[in-house]
Amino acid sequence: MPAQVVVLGGGVGGTLTANLLARQLGRNLHVTVVDPTGMHVYQPGFLYAALGKANGRWLARDERTLLHRQVDLAVEAATRIDPDKGTVQLAHGGSLPFDYLVLATGARLIPDEIPGLVAGAHEFYSLQGALRLREALRGFRGGRVLVGVAGIPYKCPPAPVEFTLMVDQYLRRRGLRDKSQVTLLSPLSRAFTIESASKLIQPILTKRGIGLETFFNVEEVDPSAGTVRSLEGEAAAYDLLVLVPPHRGQAVIETSRLGDAGGWVPTDRHTLAHRDHERIFALGDATDLPLSKSGSTAHFEAPVVASRIASLLRGTAPKANYGGRVMCFLETGDGRATALRFDYEHPPVPPTPSRFWHAAKWAFNRLYWDTVPQGRIPERDLPVHDAKRRPA
Amino acid sequence: MTEIATDQVIDARGMACPGPLMSLIGAIRQSQVGTVIEVWSSDQGSATDIPAWVAKAHHDLIEVVEEDGFTRFRVRKAR
Repeated sequence: MPAQVVVLGGGVGGTLTANLLARQLGRNLHVTVVDPTGMHVYQPGFLYAALGKANGRWLARDERTLLHRQVDLAVEAATRIDPDKGTVQLAHGGSLPFDYLVLATGARLIPDEIPGLVAGAHEFYSLQGALRLREALRGFRGGRVLVGVAGIPYKCPPAPVEFTLMVDQYLRRRGLRDKSQVTLLSPLSRAFTIESASKLIQPILTKRGIGLETFFNVEEVDPSAGTVRSLEGEAAAYDLLVLVPPHRGQAVIETSRLGDAGGWVPTDRHTLAHRDHERIFALGDATDLPLSKSGSTAHFEAPVVASRIASLLRGTAPKANYGGRVMCFLETGDGRATALRFDYEHPPVPPTPSRFWHAAKWAFNRLYWDTVPQGRIPERDLPVHDAKRRPA
Repeated sequence: MTEIATDQVIDARGMACPGPLMSLIGAIRQSQVGTVIEVWSSDQGSATDIPAWVAKAHHDLIEVVEEDGFTRFRVRKAR
């Protein structure tokens, strides 16, 4: 009987891991992807949808069309995992046995955690939210625009900065910038989590006349007064408020007692195995690793998870290790972008924003569907930054 | 002088910036006024970030103690 691998989640990490396993082990393996929607969503596109630069149609595809023909897809919610018995319970009854389990469950938005957030703030972390924000921007006639995050960790760390810089451009194009104040609310002492990226971004904010409020950890939104209040005791008035909702790990991780206090999976930083369960692996947004929660992270982790499971099934010692590699683009507006390439040992040294990186991001957006889920972009594509790399 | 007891210890050693600060902020959110929280951090950025945040948020930084390979920050929730 072939070995059973169950992959929870049909996003970047789950899809790529399943496809690589099917390719490496063929008929010696039975892989099932379990996903509650059966749709694969390209989340980086939400930013462009919110700003009217893309419609929603190219942002989602049927997961079945992206999977290797030998991979099964169960369009089902997983409700509980029993790591000792090696089973996953499904919402409509029945269970799937596994020899190895991959948790690619992503993150969950929990906007209700902040009072007033749902009624008072916009977001672009769901397609519905992005399209609603697009309509609000179309009706905007000038005023105070506040952009921030309502909790850490959150997906795609550059996104709030990107939105801030791109909304500045959007308002200039519509002749509304002189009637508007744009401010980025940061929970930290700087604009961005990574210091080197902050040093690049903050002068751009200043040059564009964009305000920066640091140490602003959102506590509450008052939609009737049009104010947002911080844990630090400050209040800011808005006409348009855009806040990334707080995130948690998925409910199935929490109900199965496989996560930490935030619902994130305790994950070995190199092997990507669950720290308490050797037959369970995790990748992407679901982990507790101190890395960007982004598709890029999942993209670089998936080959490691697939390789380690394939080795274990063949009875050989797993050799693949994850070095913390991430590569993200960061749009800076005006048709320019930079790139953040880093790993556990090397912080990013972002290049000066240019049209090249903007074009690269757009090319990636367009090529995504036919490359990343199938593993057609090799994981060792570009050096992080060779000049700064320490000798091995 | 009476020793001020610590109510909660957050061991954030090994966490990269902004992990230790965000752990402290999360604990402050969940605790009652008067609670004393101690954060252990091995990240160098905490030396500036944690005192700066405590001052901005109007809490009390009771003491900063250098240990072998990490720093202990003791903070009282003041409001």
